[in-house]
Amino acid sequence: MKVPIIVDGLRVEIDQGTPIINAARKAGVFIPTLCYHEALKPYGSCRLCMVEVVHDKQRRLVTSCNFPAEGGMEVFTDTSRVRQIRRMIVELLLARCPEVLMIRTMAKQMGIESSMFKKREANECILCGLCVRFCEEVVGVSAIGLANRGIDREVATPFKVASDVCIGCGACTYICPTGCIEMVPDEKTPRLRRMKMGNLTLVPCTNNYQCESCPREENFLAEMKNVITEFRSTYRRFTEKK
Amino acid sequence: MKIEKIDSILKKHEYRHSEIIGIMQDVQGIENYLPEGTLRYISEKLELSLTRIFDIVTFYKAFSLVPRGRHMIKVCCGTACHLGGAMQNLDRIKRTLHVREGETTEDRMFSLETVNCLGTCALAPVIQIGEDYHDAVIPGKIDNILAAYSAGHERQEVATD
Repeated sequence: MKVPIIVDGLRVEIDQGTPIINAARKAGVFIPTLCYHEALKPYGSCRLCMVEVVHDKQRRLVTSCNFPAEGGMEVFTDTSRVRQIRRMIVELLLARCPEVLMIRTMAKQMGIESSMFKKREANECILCGLCVRFCEEVVGVSAIGLANRGIDREVATPFKVASDVCIGCGACTYICPTGCIEMVPDEKTPRLRRMKMGNLTLVPCTNNYQCESCPREENFLAEMKNVITEFRSTYRRFTEKK
Repeated sequence: MKIEKIDSILKKHEYRHSEIIGIMQDVQGIENYLPEGTLRYISEKLELSLTRIFDIVTFYKAFSLVPRGRHMIKVCCGTACHLGGAMQNLDRIKRTLHVREGETTEDRMFSLETVNCLGTCALAPVIQIGEDYHDAVIPGKIDNILAAYSAGHERQEVATD
């Protein structure tokens, strides 16, 4: 059922229960995100997509990527409260991974020169869970997952040994917004490339990324191609600005 | 762990994904820890990815992937216990048993852990061994307390607060 909602004064009609970020995209309102991807279920971990929603005389901050739309909602994406909270999140991210180009660009756009928080040791992973979710939902193998909690939380394979289900598709490399999963030549067979992220051990692609002649199913390949195209366009955008 | 035993646990929980925590608690209740082989078997039987199970196991502190001793020693390091000298007690236990926090003695008798509060601040400094609470512990008392457990005489002392 289509319901009307108002995004920054613009009236949009979207399906009831779908995330309000879809309405914003439809209205052409930009909301920054790091953990959101159309192909995956919303996760709500980066908190960058915070917006202010007025519904039933209540005014509150929600993550737009996983907040279901209802009729009569009014969404504000650029109020002082939203700006303040986004600024805080970007500052925290900047303290966590000061080397990442995407986050530095984001901070620059918001006018943040340096983070007020103490810098941690070099870490490029923001725990957005994109690689984990893509591996589970689209690739369907769940080779990598999140482990531990709090400041020790990290992307890891079960029992921290080489994964026996990884197919070496490289999807995690492409979908990672910060580029912390690299593709490196395999030590044993340098002709093949595999993914590397700290101590994470994943297998190389036996087909050497000749995706056109891949025996994998078509749905996965189509999604993978979308991801790669999107990755290349974002990558170009960021490198050009640099 | 025997396959029949795991199967009976899984059956008790009706092979539900939502009861994975309960299943692992039951396994840990028998084995004192979660053996890798058992988790792989559970993952296969439940058709639940191993990464998901590993995520849950590493998230909750109650689960352990390494074998634990018969007696869990929990040294309270909360505010009241800390002021009462919990750190000296901890040092003494470490020296007596030759283990560090989170480790198990070689004879699999004791595992040492620190906790942030046991909720019985009036008994500070308090140490919990298994289900028993030992109140107002001083380093001098520790050898006696531990010796009782090593010898197999478990003292039944529950906090009355």
